[in-house]
Amino acid sequence: MNESVSESPQPLLHLSTPPHIRQSESVHTIMLSVLIALIPAFVASVVFFGMRALVLTLVCTAAAVGTEALLCILFRKQLSTSDLSAVVTGLLFAFTLPPHLPFWMGAAGSVFAIAVVKMAFGGLGNNLINPALAARAFLMVSFPAAMTSFTAPAHGTMFGLSRALDGVTEATPLVYFKNALATGNFHPLDLQDTIGSLLVGNVGGSLGATSGLAILLGAIFLLYKGIIRFRTPFFFIGSVFLLSWIFNGTGDVFSTEAFIVPLYQGLGGGVMLGAFFLAADPVTSPMTPWGRILFGIGCGVITFLIRRYGGYADGVCWAILLMNFCVPILDRYCRPRRYGERKKRE
Amino acid sequence: MFRSLGFRGGIHPPRYKNPTADSPIEVLPPPAKVIIPVLQHAGPSASILVKRGDRVRLGQLIAEPSSPDSAAVHSSVSGVVLSVANFPHPLGAHVLAAEIENDGQDLAVETAGVDTPWKEAAPQEIVRKIFSCGVVGMGGTGVPAQVNLLPPANNPVDTVIVDCTGCEPFSVADSCLVKEHTDEILTGALIVRKILGAKRAIVVADSSAADVASSLSDACKDEKFRDLSVAVVKPKYPQSDEKILVRTLTKREIPSGGNPADAGCTVHSAATVLAIVRSVLSGTPLYQRTLTAGGPCVSTPKNLLVRLGTPVRNVLEFCGTDLQRAKKVVMGGPMRGSAQAELDAPVIKTTYGVFAFDTLVPGVRNYNCIGCGRCTRACPMRLSPAYLMRFVDKNNMVDAQQWGVEDCIECGSCAYVCPAKINLVHFMKLGKYRVKNAAASRAAPGAAA
Repeated sequence: MNESVSESPQPLLHLSTPPHIRQSESVHTIMLSVLIALIPAFVASVVFFGMRALVLTLVCTAAAVGTEALLCILFRKQLSTSDLSAVVTGLLFAFTLPPHLPFWMGAAGSVFAIAVVKMAFGGLGNNLINPALAARAFLMVSFPAAMTSFTAPAHGTMFGLSRALDGVTEATPLVYFKNALATGNFHPLDLQDTIGSLLVGNVGGSLGATSGLAILLGAIFLLYKGIIRFRTPFFFIGSVFLLSWIFNGTGDVFSTEAFIVPLYQGLGGGVMLGAFFLAADPVTSPMTPWGRILFGIGCGVITFLIRRYGGYADGVCWAILLMNFCVPILDRYCRPRRYGERKKRE
Repeated sequence: MFRSLGFRGGIHPPRYKNPTADSPIEVLPPPAKVIIPVLQHAGPSASILVKRGDRVRLGQLIAEPSSPDSAAVHSSVSGVVLSVANFPHPLGAHVLAAEIENDGQDLAVETAGVDTPWKEAAPQEIVRKIFSCGVVGMGGTGVPAQVNLLPPANNPVDTVIVDCTGCEPFSVADSCLVKEHTDEILTGALIVRKILGAKRAIVVADSSAADVASSLSDACKDEKFRDLSVAVVKPKYPQSDEKILVRTLTKREIPSGGNPADAGCTVHSAATVLAIVRSVLSGTPLYQRTLTAGGPCVSTPKNLLVRLGTPVRNVLEFCGTDLQRAKKVVMGGPMRGSAQAELDAPVIKTTYGVFAFDTLVPGVRNYNCIGCGRCTRACPMRLSPAYLMRFVDKNNMVDAQQWGVEDCIECGSCAYVCPAKINLVHFMKLGKYRVKNAAASRAAPGAAA
């Protein structure tokens, strides 16, 4: 029996280095989970800003995926759209835009995000900064007026087509806050009633960033699945809270007013979306535990500084972009102590 | 009953253990022909003593150790040497081996244990016996046993660790050995403890194999084993790696580039200890071992007692493997084993498992690294595999070395969790190779140029 070896030829065996078993989770499933986590915010945006939000989101996503596919074909690379990262980028980019932005601007931003920020550096994983935020920054400096006129949410109707399309603009909570602080006409108790709206999302703002609850729902799903880790968002939001509480503008740290300000600052603007979906983007955030903590704190501090002293009402986008550039150096200096690492000799 | 001990990092692979966990060890009939390589351990090859046409007996020395850190090789059958030539080796290359035709009679050479009872014998005498029987680390390291039993005098060993957890998530042969040979293995632990003059000896079991832990602790109630203690670790790979075990059990760390003796410990797998006790008590050379045969292509996974030199084909056929369906055959375990190109590669002293897979996992990079940090979290050595991969890929060996590429234990946890399916272990191996080469070329600049 043992001698009859070659009666049926053995199919060629494959060789590889170990391990020979792998976890089923892949880049594709991670991106899919992020998409699932974005559903609540997406639904909220359609509810509050109407069909226009839906169409703008679709335009941005389609432009992102189309650009990636086109570039892959042009440069004869393997088509990489199936990893869904372009969908995530397009969607997140749309979520940072004012709902009433002209469609062509949204599409131009998506093309910029994919072509210049992502693919020019080598595609997924090689981009230094978050493509969605870089594209938003690109639009901010190119079309400042269009990027800062925010549509008021539609009340009453499920798909408030008419009002949203009319483009009734409204000062976002942060613009209101900034103006109040600048004019000295600042009464934190006035903000109290807005907190509820900030949680639900029926306030003016970027189309996917207004609803704190919807974003939180998606974030909890991602945290549960282990796709984002708590460190970056926790220290980001935490430092925004802490700074806005200590420097709350009323001069008193333990009054009721003093506690309204951090809630307002944390829920208003892009902090929630930024912390859970943009700062926690794996490609452009640190890998080391301490790096993630410092990254989060850095984002929070810069956000606070821009909001309070900078030229923009919201600084989340700039804060994350600035910290993106610090990632390599953060990881280098936050390298964990290895097992059995010897002390450095003089 | 026990408090299970854990460690930071690591992974929880699926428990393929179950199909074979409770099956007793079966004996694989000795094959018609064995191929016995002179290199079955980590260290210099043994020097071959037989030539074509020689008649050898079971357990006869066919290759003698060429240096103190080499190991003896014995025949696993009785019969005639057909040839001495290069044959496929489980680790890839072709290695000098003796091809022996089995006459089926198993005529054994006379053996005897240590002359005096082991409790009175001198440690050197016992170690000499173990050395002559060719015992090596059978949990996969292949380090000849005498190397770990004779540590330098300035590094006294106070803790002997006997690992009964099985080296890998799929491989359960060691747990079966423990259940079937509890007394022998515990005696072996005492012998090792005596040789090293160690204060304590710890027998480690896995909390997922409760029967192993309880049979060990029951046995330790016996008066003669009262010097042993039983520890239970959480079922988490790679809990049985020697560096991880030392850290888990003693809170000490083996310094980078050192061996367990630097932390006052020595780690032996259950299979090694069984080989040690048999060589000491009866002088039985190491010519057979137990292994787990399994994997998706294997219809009846088994724990087998296999003669060394048995071609892997015989092992797989005995377990009803559909070899036409097999795409990958692995010797060792699925996390650390080496994929085989030829089914004629023989079972050697370090082969703790044989697995056949009908599916392929990517062997090269699939996606780009997305920097998720899962590898950093999974690494039990607290390295940053993703960064090491980038450094090695760009041939930045200064950073690679500074970030500890040489400390990698190649457990495969990082590659297992990687969502981009990057073969990180490949980059770690490449990095170590390049660091070694760079050091060699620095030492001899003329030779490198």
